[in-house]
Amino acid sequence: MPTRRRGHPSVTPARSKNCRKRISTLGTTCIAQHISNPVGTAHPGFMKEHRMTNASNNPIVDPIQAGLAAGWKVIDAANLTSNLTLEADVVIVGTGAGGGVTAEILTLAGLKVVLIEEGALKSSKDFKMREAQAYPNLYQESGARKTKDKAINILQGRTVGGSTTVNWTSSFRTPPGTLNHWQTHYGLKDLTVDAMAPWFAMMEQRLNVIDWQTAPNENNDILKRGADKLGIPNKLIRRNVKGCWNLGYCGMGCPTNAKQSMLITTIPSALAAGATLVTHARAEKLQINNDTVDELLCHAMDASGLTLSGKSIRIKAKHYVVSGGAMNSPALLMRSKAPDPHNLLGKRTFLHPTVISAALFEQEVNGYAGAPQTIYSDHFMDTQAIDGPVGYKLEAPPLHPLLFSTTMAGFGEQHATMMKQFNHTQAILALLRDGFNENSVGGTVELRDDGFPVLDYNMSDVMWDGVKRALLTMGEIQFAAGAKTVYPIHELATGYTTWASAKQAIETLPYQASLTRVVSAHVMGGCTMSDDTKLGVVSSTGHYHGLTNVSVHDGSLFPTSIGANPQLSIYGMTARLASGLAEKLTGKPAPKLVAPV
Amino acid sequence: MTTSRRSFLKVGLFGAITLAAAGGIYRALKSPTPLNRFALDNEARVALAAIVGAMLQGALPATPAATDTAIAHTMEAIAGLPLATQKEVQDLFGLLTLGPTRRFLAGMPDDWSVAKREDVTAFLQSWRVHRIMMLQAAYHALHDLIIGGWYADEATWASIGYPGPIKELS
Repeated sequence: MPTRRRGHPSVTPARSKNCRKRISTLGTTCIAQHISNPVGTAHPGFMKEHRMTNASNNPIVDPIQAGLAAGWKVIDAANLTSNLTLEADVVIVGTGAGGGVTAEILTLAGLKVVLIEEGALKSSKDFKMREAQAYPNLYQESGARKTKDKAINILQGRTVGGSTTVNWTSSFRTPPGTLNHWQTHYGLKDLTVDAMAPWFAMMEQRLNVIDWQTAPNENNDILKRGADKLGIPNKLIRRNVKGCWNLGYCGMGCPTNAKQSMLITTIPSALAAGATLVTHARAEKLQINNDTVDELLCHAMDASGLTLSGKSIRIKAKHYVVSGGAMNSPALLMRSKAPDPHNLLGKRTFLHPTVISAALFEQEVNGYAGAPQTIYSDHFMDTQAIDGPVGYKLEAPPLHPLLFSTTMAGFGEQHATMMKQFNHTQAILALLRDGFNENSVGGTVELRDDGFPVLDYNMSDVMWDGVKRALLTMGEIQFAAGAKTVYPIHELATGYTTWASAKQAIETLPYQASLTRVVSAHVMGGCTMSDDTKLGVVSSTGHYHGLTNVSVHDGSLFPTSIGANPQLSIYGMTARLASGLAEKLTGKPAPKLVAPV
Repeated sequence: MTTSRRSFLKVGLFGAITLAAAGGIYRALKSPTPLNRFALDNEARVALAAIVGAMLQGALPATPAATDTAIAHTMEAIAGLPLATQKEVQDLFGLLTLGPTRRFLAGMPDDWSVAKREDVTAFLQSWRVHRIMMLQAAYHALHDLIIGGWYADEATWASIGYPGPIKELS
């Protein structure tokens, strides 16, 4: 851990590019250079430590393995041979962005913390950059979680670190327009841009959110060049990485521990300070007695993560923090029959419904290589009223064979032909800002008979209107950047070789669920925050209305979508809430989070 | 497979088609038995062999071994799904392999063992744009499980020019 953290965040473009090319031929020599001197800072202890701690040829120090060896309290519930009972000051359900930040703050405040995670504890030694392993091991429902009508595929993490372990590192503060909307419509008067700024600043420092210095990969640069040509303003995306190798496999777990996810930052810090982590444990129910929770009941999963092992874990705590993420947090509260007098729980769940345009280029794009997201445009967010026609943010997605092949519409010869152009294919995505227009109310989390959450989300006409405009924008950008063929991802679309033909097709395609490919990597809402109990189930301090000892700290709090990749919004918001909770529980000022030197 | 076949038969053909039209087929097929992992019986394997041939046409070599590989990868993709979803896939294969629903819902006149490629392609295309949302969803499930399973396999990467992750760390 200490050796790894000596790295400097920025990698010079030249070194990164050269080394990426040389790496296959020079192998470990180049890797050793990369590690020991990624930016000119010496790592004198690195290779020695590697020889001592890592039996394989992998030169990366794995902080999780080191921590386990040092005696962290980690219980894999899959191995339980009898039921388990634990006690704590605070139990936190979930280890993603909200749970991780909360765990570090509360533990450093001197509280005894237990963390519950349904997924497994995986670390860099497991992250082999292979989709076939990554999706079943690291994602909810094997990466195939779907809305109730099965029309929208939802990517959400299920592993220690939650979605932060598998996200693409894009870091944005909550847009001012979003905070203003919450103040106006949800009475969240404390959440001003100025009031939130110190929390974002603290988390940016803690997680090394930096301006990315390396040149964008071609997949992102095409977005930039096309947008520039059309006069569409665009910017560089900030990333939470330290000593990033620019490999491009963030979505499968960072193999070099460069990504400053919860997995390698707040959670190790909490564990080193004495917190307990229970993995393979599904939080089933908060036992509510009048207005107070007595204990949390969890079911142990088996090692496959698919079935229950039959063992249970009961945890008694003074306070319970629900950080399971959108869908899972409202579902836990619904299973627990938490008070919900205005029938709000699970409502207003948002997705940033995302549509994609692929395009063929003469040159190689190699969309799998290099930092996945480095360019964005908010032009179509900023140029219209936030509650008017639905705005959309433009970014590029990384292209890897499984995700790419399943995203591309059609089958048989036509699909195989597109796949043979994999290296020449570029893609742009547009994520739609749902929850602001009065006709965009989001979806509703329901419980199936077996207690699993399922999201009923219907795209309203205002959303489909945004989809059509987004597909037009993306196609135009791709042609402006020199695309030979553009493929709006729609079952009734084909490849279009001119902007005129693409435009005509996009304007006339039917926009319906399942025909238009819509995906989501950002589930938000369902436990709306508002001090008005008619508008939300959680107060602006994070406390669940009507329960004395339950808080919600995750993206389910957001009254609308964020309008940007949400990780930093969750970090900042939950740092604020967890600090308030720490002060309430200890009577002392909360610790400030600081990145280790 | 026998469990889902039996539960399907309980619902009855007429009822099943009516419910399919209402988009409620999966719920109707819900069996009271505990959830099990997906299992591929012989009939389902024959159906899947025909379907992977059409789905992966142009990518899948025309050999029995390649078909077996594609089926194995589809099975691997299914194996990672939650058991409730595996049950839905099981029910889907129940529908596909039962003669009357194969003919009426999938429009496949012949038994899967002698199914013509063009009929399978037409079946996939019809479900892809079907007015019954649940059949569209079934097409997408087959699409993603078969195609995703195929290209997840590194043996296929050379065919699309993908070099794979750097070997030193993978």
